Amino acid sequence: MRSWRKGAGKIALLIVLSTLTATLGGCASGKAGQSDLSEITIGIPQDLDGLDPHRATAAGTKEVLFNIFEGLVKPDAAGDLQPAIAENYSIENGGQIYRFALRSGVRFHDNTEVTAEDVKYSLDRAAGLGGGEPIVAALSKIEGVEIKDAHTVEIKLNTQDTDFLPYLTVAIVPQHIEDLEKQPIGTGPYKFVSRSPQENVVLTRFDNYWGEKAYLRDVTLKIESNPDAIVMDLQGGSIDMFARLTTVQVDQLSRDQFTIYEGTMNLVQAMYLNNAEKPFDDVRVRQALCYAIDPQQIMDFVSDGAGTELGSSMFPAFTKYYLEELNHTYDQDLDKARELLTEAGYPDGFSFMLTVPSNYTQHVDTAQVLKEQLAKIGVDAQIQGIEWNSWLSDVYSGRKFQATVVGVDAANLTPSALLSRFVSDAGNNFCNYSNPAYDEAYAKAYEATNDADRTHYIKECERILSETAANVYIQDLPEFVALNKKYTGYTFYPLYVQDIAKLRPAAQ
Amino acid sequence: MSQFLRRMRKDPYLLTGTILTGFICLLVLWGLICSPYDPTEMDATARLAGASSAHLLGTDHLGRDVLSRILYATRVTLWIALGTVGVGAGCGTILGALTGYYGGLLDETLMRIIDVLFAFPSILLALVFVSLFGTGTSQVVLALGIAFIPSFARVVRGEFLRCLVQPYVEVARLQGVKHMRIIFVHILPNILPMLFSSILIGFNNAVLAEAGLSFLGIGSQPPYSSLGRMLSESQAYLFNRPGMVLAVGFVIVVMNLGFAFLGEGIKRWAK
Amino acid sequence: MRGILRKLAGAVLTLLAVTLLVFLAFRLIPGDPVTALLGTEITPERAAQLRAEMGLDDPLLVQYGRWVIHALGGDLGTSYSYSMPVSSMLAGKLPITLTMSLMAFVLSIALAIPLGILAAKHEGRIFDRVLLALCQVIMAIPPFFSGILLTYIFGIVLRWFTPGGFISYERDMVGFLRYLILPAVAIALPKAAMAAKLLRDSVIEEAGKDYVRTAYSRGNATMEVMYRHVLRNAILPVVTFLGMALADMVAGSIVVEQVFGIPGISRILLTSISNRDYPVVEAIILGIAGLVVVANLLVDLLYRLLDPRLREA
Repeated sequence: MRSWRKGAGKIALLIVLSTLTATLGGCASGKAGQSDLSEITIGIPQDLDGLDPHRATAAGTKEVLFNIFEGLVKPDAAGDLQPAIAENYSIENGGQIYRFALRSGVRFHDNTEVTAEDVKYSLDRAAGLGGGEPIVAALSKIEGVEIKDAHTVEIKLNTQDTDFLPYLTVAIVPQHIEDLEKQPIGTGPYKFVSRSPQENVVLTRFDNYWGEKAYLRDVTLKIESNPDAIVMDLQGGSIDMFARLTTVQVDQLSRDQFTIYEGTMNLVQAMYLNNAEKPFDDVRVRQALCYAIDPQQIMDFVSDGAGTELGSSMFPAFTKYYLEELNHTYDQDLDKARELLTEAGYPDGFSFMLTVPSNYTQHVDTAQVLKEQLAKIGVDAQIQGIEWNSWLSDVYSGRKFQATVVGVDAANLTPSALLSRFVSDAGNNFCNYSNPAYDEAYAKAYEATNDADRTHYIKECERILSETAANVYIQDLPEFVALNKKYTGYTFYPLYVQDIAKLRPAAQ
Repeated sequence: MSQFLRRMRKDPYLLTGTILTGFICLLVLWGLICSPYDPTEMDATARLAGASSAHLLGTDHLGRDVLSRILYATRVTLWIALGTVGVGAGCGTILGALTGYYGGLLDETLMRIIDVLFAFPSILLALVFVSLFGTGTSQVVLALGIAFIPSFARVVRGEFLRCLVQPYVEVARLQGVKHMRIIFVHILPNILPMLFSSILIGFNNAVLAEAGLSFLGIGSQPPYSSLGRMLSESQAYLFNRPGMVLAVGFVIVVMNLGFAFLGEGIKRWAK
Repeated sequence: MRGILRKLAGAVLTLLAVTLLVFLAFRLIPGDPVTALLGTEITPERAAQLRAEMGLDDPLLVQYGRWVIHALGGDLGTSYSYSMPVSSMLAGKLPITLTMSLMAFVLSIALAIPLGILAAKHEGRIFDRVLLALCQVIMAIPPFFSGILLTYIFGIVLRWFTPGGFISYERDMVGFLRYLILPAVAIALPKAAMAAKLLRDSVIEEAGKDYVRTAYSRGNATMEVMYRHVLRNAILPVVTFLGMALADMVAGSIVVEQVFGIPGISRILLTSISNRDYPVVEAIILGIAGLVVVANLLVDLLYRLLDPRLREA
């Protein structure tokens, strides 16, 4: 009766044991090899949304494409525009004509030389001059691009604008490439090698770069889709660098292994209010919220006190326009807040829906602190997490929301990138802010013919936003970058940019 | 009751199951009656503090008491697990029983529908529910519950097919016992063991699926949390505070284990 | 023959229904590929133009019909977010998830069958009891948690592997397989425990049945009785379970791919759902549905093969 069992048992045990040894033996030698210093692996929080520099919209994509593509001009680490594909330029006719002399010997990654035709093709393409809508909306001001000679290109605008240069950082691409998504060929210090969806993007140094060449040869951008695993991956050595870490993540990294760089993210984090929706259509209610919250306390909670307080839609990187005094328009004053609420007809406070894109830890944390602070004046913020794409469609385009916490960045270094959205009829005015006084100040800023006047009106715009409490302004988030000590040279830009070409091996 | 106690003394499974489930119930009660802190109360001076007499399990990155948050999350997760498995196992068993018993065209049709459900990603289903009925745990419970129906239905159907050919069913049929009675009184008790095991797997999956969903912004909403969400968040502190992962994981495992042992014990008792 | 035809028709209907449902679901949830592509730079004009270009203006059924016709011709469309053919995009990812799942599947069978039989052999004795309790505990540990624990122990404490250091199979096959071992273990453990317990229970149940006793009393060799009667019947519920586990592979790997940072099919599915990248989601769903259908057919076939009484049914 029992004889069969013995045989079967022995075989079974053998199988189990051999499987187990195979398993354990397998992982024993999985240690990462010593990495070569001519290469680096950089973690990025999400996959690129495209490789065509004109079509890509996500900030996370643009900061990577910065290394592959260049425009006629290009920002440097101070935020000043330096000639790139152009050798020099002149602005004529009060800012209606921009004339560029092209640098000679600039090559695309396929080693063809950049010609005036390529420049015209690129600008026409981005500005939609060949028909259709402009791919880059801000370029709709371009009336025409004219090739003067083999080395001179002239851009004519349909209006005078002395502040148009920052838009000419738009990528110059080769005319002979059919599909930039498949062959993203530019003139930058790095060229594209390959990509694997949700896995990585591989770049390599472009040795015929016209300017200062990159130090590191091979760059792998690894997509870190699980934010909770970033610390583990840094510490374990599968990535050498990660930008935009939270303080919690930074605190866990060993300082022997990593250099931590601290900068700012260059964005305006605020509780954006739907100014057309009750109760936020009442300026007193909005002001009450501003009096109720304390940005410093939020920063203490969310990032150990790091960050820069903001009082309006402008961050300090815009040194010329930033107004620090606006941070004090509403110093925390709970009595005043309650008073204003009573005046507005909400003596017992009210309840509202605070929508937050769940994938942004900092914003979700901020919302949680806001909820606590607002509770003190009887206002109940009901946090509603929402998936990013639903946020884009419901909140941003659909404007179906009461309040939301996000950070708004500047696409380029013009103040209009931050301020134009508050003009009453602006297409991207998702807060539904509407104020004739603001519209007038903004219009005057852009009609101004001299710089002093323009600066004056831009500051006026900021003041109006602050005084009417358009939104509950909080902070410019701190940015922490961890770089393995094997490397050095990380450089912050006042823009959403990662300049990989400046990274180099640390001196041994 | 006294019967239950006597049985418990004899069966270690029932005993352990009762103790573990009791422990979870105690946690829930503790949270309800005298939670050490409000689970959402923040303390800027004690962020990510280690264990101390003030905070037995330390605090999280916003200075909230981890123990209080676990107590609260246990309640949320218990509801999610029970609700989801309730919906999934309830509907799944009925569907599986009917299709398995009657067979034929009904079987064919229902099984096709179940295949469709099985292949449909639960995350997409949850997104649909949330956009139709708003955000909330109940929506998630419903969406996940529906997503769980197919696996239960398949298990039950398979078991029914097996039982149908057993002599006792044939005898019942010959005696003219009503179909419903055969299904629910004669066959169903026999497949309970299989069902219990599936339910356990279901608990596990429900807890995790909800964690994944709340990461996407569906599921439990901040400042409140579920155990699954806490588990995935505490992964970020694995280096400095491995205790946090262990504490949350421990509660989940105890909860699952409690249900499993209780189920096993009841099953043995029924025999 | 008619039975097979009917099954095939049912399978095709299943695939049609599930893909149509996915289309409908995308219509119900907020956002579309255009909002995903344009992000915060969306303007109504650009959005309208892009929608027209992508054919998203057409009625839902026209869009669905177009997709079905193309899919029948083997063309799964182009990913909106990656501007590359869906088929080549998935072809690169399929081997990852498939390898991991297959490793997990083999591992669970290799563990479950001998352990189940062994436990049944020692029924009621210490080995059986310990094994049973162990199975229960393992089943109670979610793969997510065991994944974190495995990473912590082998990755951080012992440093036997680099957490997040996934290596593509195109670059280094051995490194690739090695990295997948722990994820496969995390997936396999609960499944193996479950299957082992099932097998043990049903072997014991079968072995106690009258016909087995009769067979023994007739003097049949014990091994023959075991394999011809007991195992054959006892394995039925295990087959159902393993069949389901096979179909569940992609869905079950979502969590583990997340913990171990593996860029497989599940991760693509998740991101494609959030990017509203219908063609990719549809293709993956088609694949999963296909897998479910095949697994069902296999389970059915095995049932018929193993249990002659069901052949007439």
